[in-house]
Amino acid sequence: MTLDFSRNLHYVWALLPEITLSVWAMLVLVAGVTGKHRPGNRQGGEGDPDFGRGADLGWLALVGLLVAAFFNGWLYGVTEVGHTSMIAVDRFRLFANWIFLLAGAFAILISFSYVHRQRLQAGEFYGLILLAVTGMMFMAAARDLIVIFLGLEVMSISVYALTAFNRRDRKSAEAGLKYFLLGAFSTGFFLYGIALVYGATGSTNVVAIGASVASGTARGGFLILGIALLTIGFAFKVSAVPFHMWTPDVYEGAPAPVTAFMSAGVKTAAFVAFLRVFLVGFDAAYGSWYPIMWWLAAITMVAANLIALVQSNVKRMLAYSSIAHAGYLLVALTAANETAAAGMLFYLLVYTLMNMGAFAIVIAVSHQSEERLQIEDYAGFGWSNPLLGVFLTIFLLSLAGFPGTGGFMGKIFLLQGAVDSQLWTLSVILVLTTVASYWYYLRVAWFMWMREPASADQHAQVSAPLPMRLALMASVALILYMGIFPASALGFAQSSVHGLGALGGSLLGLAR
Amino acid sequence: MTALLTAIGYQGWILHALIWLPVLGMGLVLWAEEERAKHIAFWWSLGVLVLSLGLWFVFDPNSAAMQLQTHAAWIPAWGISYSLGVDGISLFMVLLTTFTSAAAILGSFNYIKKRQRAFYALMLLLEAGVVGVFCATDLFLFYVFFELTLVPMYFIIGVWGGERRIYSAIKFFLFTAFGSLLMLVGILYLFFKAKTLLGIPTFAYADLLQVPLTMKEQLWLFAAFALAFSVKVPVFPLHTWLPDAHVEAPTPGSVVLAAVLLKMGTYGFLRFLLPLFPGAAQHPTVVTVMMVLGIIGIVYTAWVAAVQPDAKKLVAYTSVAHMGFVVIGIFALTVNGLQGGLVVMISHGLSTGALFLLLGMLYERRHTRLIEAFGGLGRVAPWFATAFVVTALASIGLPGTSGFIGEFLALVGTFETHRVMAVIAATGVIFAAYYMLPMVQKVWYNALDKPENREFPDLSRREIAILAPMLALMIWIGWNPTPFLRRMEPSVRAVIERVEASNASSAAATSAPWIEAPATPALAPQTDEATPTVALTNESNDASGDAAKPGGGQEMTMYAGGLGRHGPNAAHPMTRTGS
Repeated sequence: MTLDFSRNLHYVWALLPEITLSVWAMLVLVAGVTGKHRPGNRQGGEGDPDFGRGADLGWLALVGLLVAAFFNGWLYGVTEVGHTSMIAVDRFRLFANWIFLLAGAFAILISFSYVHRQRLQAGEFYGLILLAVTGMMFMAAARDLIVIFLGLEVMSISVYALTAFNRRDRKSAEAGLKYFLLGAFSTGFFLYGIALVYGATGSTNVVAIGASVASGTARGGFLILGIALLTIGFAFKVSAVPFHMWTPDVYEGAPAPVTAFMSAGVKTAAFVAFLRVFLVGFDAAYGSWYPIMWWLAAITMVAANLIALVQSNVKRMLAYSSIAHAGYLLVALTAANETAAAGMLFYLLVYTLMNMGAFAIVIAVSHQSEERLQIEDYAGFGWSNPLLGVFLTIFLLSLAGFPGTGGFMGKIFLLQGAVDSQLWTLSVILVLTTVASYWYYLRVAWFMWMREPASADQHAQVSAPLPMRLALMASVALILYMGIFPASALGFAQSSVHGLGALGGSLLGLAR
Repeated sequence: MTALLTAIGYQGWILHALIWLPVLGMGLVLWAEEERAKHIAFWWSLGVLVLSLGLWFVFDPNSAAMQLQTHAAWIPAWGISYSLGVDGISLFMVLLTTFTSAAAILGSFNYIKKRQRAFYALMLLLEAGVVGVFCATDLFLFYVFFELTLVPMYFIIGVWGGERRIYSAIKFFLFTAFGSLLMLVGILYLFFKAKTLLGIPTFAYADLLQVPLTMKEQLWLFAAFALAFSVKVPVFPLHTWLPDAHVEAPTPGSVVLAAVLLKMGTYGFLRFLLPLFPGAAQHPTVVTVMMVLGIIGIVYTAWVAAVQPDAKKLVAYTSVAHMGFVVIGIFALTVNGLQGGLVVMISHGLSTGALFLLLGMLYERRHTRLIEAFGGLGRVAPWFATAFVVTALASIGLPGTSGFIGEFLALVGTFETHRVMAVIAATGVIFAAYYMLPMVQKVWYNALDKPENREFPDLSRREIAILAPMLALMIWIGWNPTPFLRRMEPSVRAVIERVEASNASSAAATSAPWIEAPATPALAPQTDEATPTVALTNESNDASGDAAKPGGGQEMTMYAGGLGRHGPNAAHPMTRTGS
């Protein structure tokens, strides 16, 4: 099928996964307030202890993701005419969509028990996750700054709500408010950046902006200011230092499954849009944003890894670790070549798996609630729950970038991108901060395996229900597969960035 | 024997088997019952050892090339392949690994009482990783194995170690990882250069050897690689993790750490540092710095060892001293020096490994390692005393033991190029007697004045079974080193030739050694030659065997004139006895 966007119907075809998900989100919402889920209905819905109340809504949402995944696969057979349309139908977007779908599905699978124990409104919870995924997909698909903005808002507002979702928990409400206020502030920067870029280039279409910047018709001052403001907006969303202040608090306060979802999904969405805008739109202005990005990457890696060293709360440690990973990914953005772009996609995929996996085990250890988050609570955990212990060890080793795991291959991929642009100093900073990160990742491992638990029954209540176990097994298998036999995944990532945008193909990877 | 091995296709699968059989054994051990895990692990590792012994027969001692090479594409997009091979340098390291692993596993039967399955599984994983390090002929693969060995060792120290085990484990891990990650950047730099010059992505050792580097590049890369390997060796200021790790590690952990893990560092010197960056390796400042650090390691740690109250810590410090001999031997850049270094590596693996095992046996009996807690044990446990004394003498390098051959050759090699250094280093041999003999005396001789030592049991049959082959090897190498030296010599000579060949070429380029641009035209012909060689590497095993020969045939004839001092007729003090 070929789409030239001459008719509005073509947009429907191009946006089938997004449309499916938004409709499905309404469906889940409605299902959540009717039938046995009707408010005030006290009977029924307790269900299987492994799955808990509201599990049927979770499965319904998962089916929605599956349908969207089907359409996403179907889009591989669809070609677009030209590369300037508002909605991109390219492999870059589709690869990112896989990550979003994965993150959504993973978040739902690890939420069943949590939703049950925390008595959350299942319909709204799963519905909001689907809506957030929709927003993320829009961000990956957009070739227009306004569409990116719309996607960003759909995603952000869903996630704000999800963060504050646990009404009975003060920390959750605080996190939600904090995230919302700071998020709204950064959105202001983003929007103003769009306005200035429009003023400089006369378009909000990323490809048109790229052409204008390349031909030199863009007005320099406006453009630079616009780029700077857009950088701030994106840096906030990917939580790069010094725009990261919200991250630890929000990650710590939000319900754990939401933290997992947010740390993977929101970051991925922000990064893919960041990449498309800067590599396609502002490629010709590389010289002017390269130093900003360089410092952003360097400071993010150093600061986040140093602060993470002293965290004793595991959720907070993982928050700083996610900031550090943003730093590694910014290296790819600084390198701005095709290898780096592919490396970023690959890394985001691996990162989603390993980070959400680690959070899933945090949820299991904390008895599906928000307790037992201190590192001491992990003492002897490995020996009492060997399988979960081994899984967490693999996730931590992968986050640390250790050979044999996908995280290592991802890091190598990022380094390859950096090397192609000859960013030697940045590469050295990356590996040195990685050494620092070994400390805090291994600290969890040493508490798990090398300390004795405070009491014999300390881990008696640790539970990983079946859906969570499924998700964990799948992600461990994928992480090891990508760590040991990475060739196919690498090739897939590499082919996904070929011809990123109309100008992208020619501009990406040019000698600078 | 060779015919029989060839008949079963031994050459084709042995290296794979040595890496993957332990991994398989790891699965078996995890699956087994807790009580039977140690037996399975031991018999499995013994089987691996027996299999590996065939290498001794199929190895062609007259060739400097990588032998038994196998290649399989792993990540073709980045030119990473799963390529293995052994030469005269790695052959002994592989055999030492399989031997030590089996001995260490047998030696941990009484020591490891809790969580046995996990322990033996990690030991087997460690064996696989170390064999991988010594066999890899692809730099990426090498790096992966190099890092992989960290994880099992981290857990072995951290879970089964002594009181300060966690501190020691993390220190060990961070020190080593710090060095090796910088090496990773170095490897990627080489990869980048190779990709630009050869036009194809490749991490193959044979290909990266062809990459011409300016002196400046060589020095930087040398620093990155040397740091990684020096932490592992450990070279003097970077050695502080070693006493901690050794003292806290359980006996088998110490044995493997001392016997093989440290060798990964010096092996890296021989395999990668010298051949890849010959110019930097010859740089006078670099050589002086490495030599001085090696000598400080020998002398300083000997003094530190002499005052240790804990026998295990004493032996740990002697490790640093012994590895100092390896370092000076290697940076003497003579055939004798390199061979001496290699023999010290083997000898130290045997004698220090055995010393740690003996100290573990002491500890199992008395639950202390303080020297003052013993005394006069020789009277109640004569066999134990005999084994200990022979091992200690081999460790300090008494003639007739392996330690003597190694240290003597290393010193001779050093003396050929750096006389003063050799003289200072030789004092280390005296200090070795100074720290080791009083310890031996206080533990085994003197008066049997402590009542709890009267019931000290002698060696059990299991313990004799562990120690006897180690002692036999120490003495065999001490009396007849020729079979060992003969197998090392071609590879060692090739390393030296490669280093000296670069001397000739860099002498020509001294006009502008620090500027990158003029180097390019001079390199053009070399690049042209390199490309077909590279193509062959990926196609045929035999051809790549030649390509892997450090320096390559082409260069060797070109610079044959520069070999003078170490030509085939150079006198060799240790090869008089036989063919």
